Amino acid sequence: MAKSKNAQTSQPAAKRKLSDKQLHDMLYTMMLIRRFEEKALDLYSLGKVHGTMHLSIGQEATAVGASGALTQQDYLLNTHRGHGHCLAWGSQADLMMAEFMGKETGYCRGRGGSMHIANVDANNLGANGIVAGGLPISVGVGLSIRARNTEQVVMVVFGDGASNEGAFHESINMASIWSLPVIFLCENNQYAMSMPVEKSMNIDRISDRAAAYGIEGVTVDGNDVEAVYAAVHNARQRAVAGKGPTLIECNTYRYMGHSKSDRQAYRTRDEVKTWMDKDPIERLAGHLGLSKDDKDSLFKKAEAEIEKAVEFAEASPEPDVADIMEGVYA
Amino acid sequence: MPSANGTREITYVEAVREALTQSMQADERVFLIGEDIGVYGGAFGVSAGMHAEFGGERVIDTPISEAAIVGACVGAALTGMRPVGEIQFMDFITLGMEQLVLQAAKVRFMFGGKATVPMVLRTPGGSGTGAAAQHSESLETWFTHVPGLKVVMPSTPYDAKGLLMAAIQDENPVIFVEHKLLYKVSGPVPEEPYTIPLGEPNIVREGKHLTVVATSIMVQRAKQAAEELAKEGIEIEIVDPRTLNPFDDSLMIQSVVKTGKALVVHEAVKTSGYGAELVSRIVESEAFDYLDAPVRRLAGLDIPIPYNRNLEYHAVPQVENIVAEARKLVRGEY
Ligand SMILES: Cc1ncc(C[n+]2csc(CCOP(=O)(O)OP(=O)(O)O)c2C)c(N)n1
Ligand SMILES: [Mg+2]
Repeated sequence: MAKSKNAQTSQPAAKRKLSDKQLHDMLYTMMLIRRFEEKALDLYSLGKVHGTMHLSIGQEATAVGASGALTQQDYLLNTHRGHGHCLAWGSQADLMMAEFMGKETGYCRGRGGSMHIANVDANNLGANGIVAGGLPISVGVGLSIRARNTEQVVMVVFGDGASNEGAFHESINMASIWSLPVIFLCENNQYAMSMPVEKSMNIDRISDRAAAYGIEGVTVDGNDVEAVYAAVHNARQRAVAGKGPTLIECNTYRYMGHSKSDRQAYRTRDEVKTWMDKDPIERLAGHLGLSKDDKDSLFKKAEAEIEKAVEFAEASPEPDVADIMEGVYA
Repeated sequence: MPSANGTREITYVEAVREALTQSMQADERVFLIGEDIGVYGGAFGVSAGMHAEFGGERVIDTPISEAAIVGACVGAALTGMRPVGEIQFMDFITLGMEQLVLQAAKVRFMFGGKATVPMVLRTPGGSGTGAAAQHSESLETWFTHVPGLKVVMPSTPYDAKGLLMAAIQDENPVIFVEHKLLYKVSGPVPEEPYTIPLGEPNIVREGKHLTVVATSIMVQRAKQAAEELAKEGIEIEIVDPRTLNPFDDSLMIQSVVKTGKALVVHEAVKTSGYGAELVSRIVESEAFDYLDAPVRRLAGLDIPIPYNRNLEYHAVPQVENIVAEARKLVRGEY
């Protein structure tokens, strides 16, 4: 009982002020993510990549706001819908694109693909093909940070659907009892594949689940980059102060289907349109008072960067079949 | 049992759907439960249209909670229902392992034979779709190592329908392993309901030079290999166990007695794969005295499935590998 006294679901703290320069950079990263994913879609349609992919178009503010509040020493555990977080973490678009195209020069030497991009050197511990797969790992990273006595935190990203897996509950409970420096970032994009949040849980806010484990839980507008930034910033401060984990729910929306094979029979065009009207990029550009020309030229810059990434990826070699057995064991 | 020479051809995915539909029409106790099986129709479209036909009480969409999906099947089966659970990709069965291996498989035995768990867990396995290491597993052998579970792995639309209908009528927990690349394969399937007894293998093709024992997608590849080999005068006999456990091995053993040579082919990784069980059964039997070549296994490399298309292709046996290995064995060039 005593444990639950610090459990509360609060509205986000007052927004921390970000400079216009910082917001400008964030806007650019959001544009880069969008162009990356649009290009990914094109390449797929052209048959240049196989497999599937999960696009986060519409969710860019969550990725950029969250990473923006962390440091280069912190750790990231990413989801299957992870291109945005990966780019926001500072990854190179060319090495990501090469991975996406299965090339030897890619972040995972073409072995992992879209769903598994990692950059361990930059403390990006990878995207995950398993829903909620990163949560238990975050507990271990938290323990390791504590054992090494550093000022780091780990942020684990997952979807609304993941919060219905046992792994979510086990992990948050452990992180709570040991006050580990973990930030549980839930991207509530309203659906898990075809399953709407309202039908998969009987609570209004996923952050309400924090109370069950005696940790702080907040819900923020995931399309507001500053709100996401503020929530993650606060969670980080609590974590490094030894006050334990935070569950942050970011409300947002994916514009595209769940994956390449989704006919989207479970939602209406009107609903998608309603969310497109709350587009995070448009919103931030408006907030910064950018003219149409300013916006276009920023998008052009992002496009050019993505074009270069594609050129790099296309010119890169395929993995050599002779190396196929490599990398299973250390 | 009707023969497979009906004229109507449907795909493997349609055959699975037809088995589910006819089982649900015939028996009110049968229901489906799994992720995105309702309006979405299942990740591979297996249950497309079934939510509209049977409603949400019998085609139950769940949150992403594999342990509870399997457990819900166990509980419903224990109390008079006939659940058919879907695990969206075979890889995710790992999240439901405890309920499957420690509960479903053992409840009957632990309770002195007084309980039954008539459930089916369907799941698509296999590589070839570019989905990489966490969406391409072939884990069937694990379940053959658990007494109490039955493991079925159909290679044709005809077998898919008959075996699934039999699995649903079976009194035991059955793991029904489909293959993503087989879903679009067509073949003759009778319209009326029928069952194929679990445990009975099928001689897919007769031949005298070599027995090839293959499972799932590898049966299709072995058939293609057989055509190539026939051009060189090599006639292979193809045996498809269809049910990995229980498996009546007598047809396979008779075949090896006849041909004197055996090659086992599966997609799952070689080390401790089902092929080891098949080879053991051959060499433990009277067929041993008739062998005039080593018994060989052709299987997936001992690696996770790579994302890159070319690496993925080379990670598991392809038609040309079967042709080459069969040729070597028949010509004594091993
Ligand atoms: C354990 C597990 N179960 C099912 C899946 C298949 N799957 C992949 S993503 C997904 C939906 C995930 O929803 P959510 O967590 O809300 O993330 P989103 O896709 O919306 O970003 C499903 C069911 C999986 N990858 N892993
Ligand atoms: Mg979601």
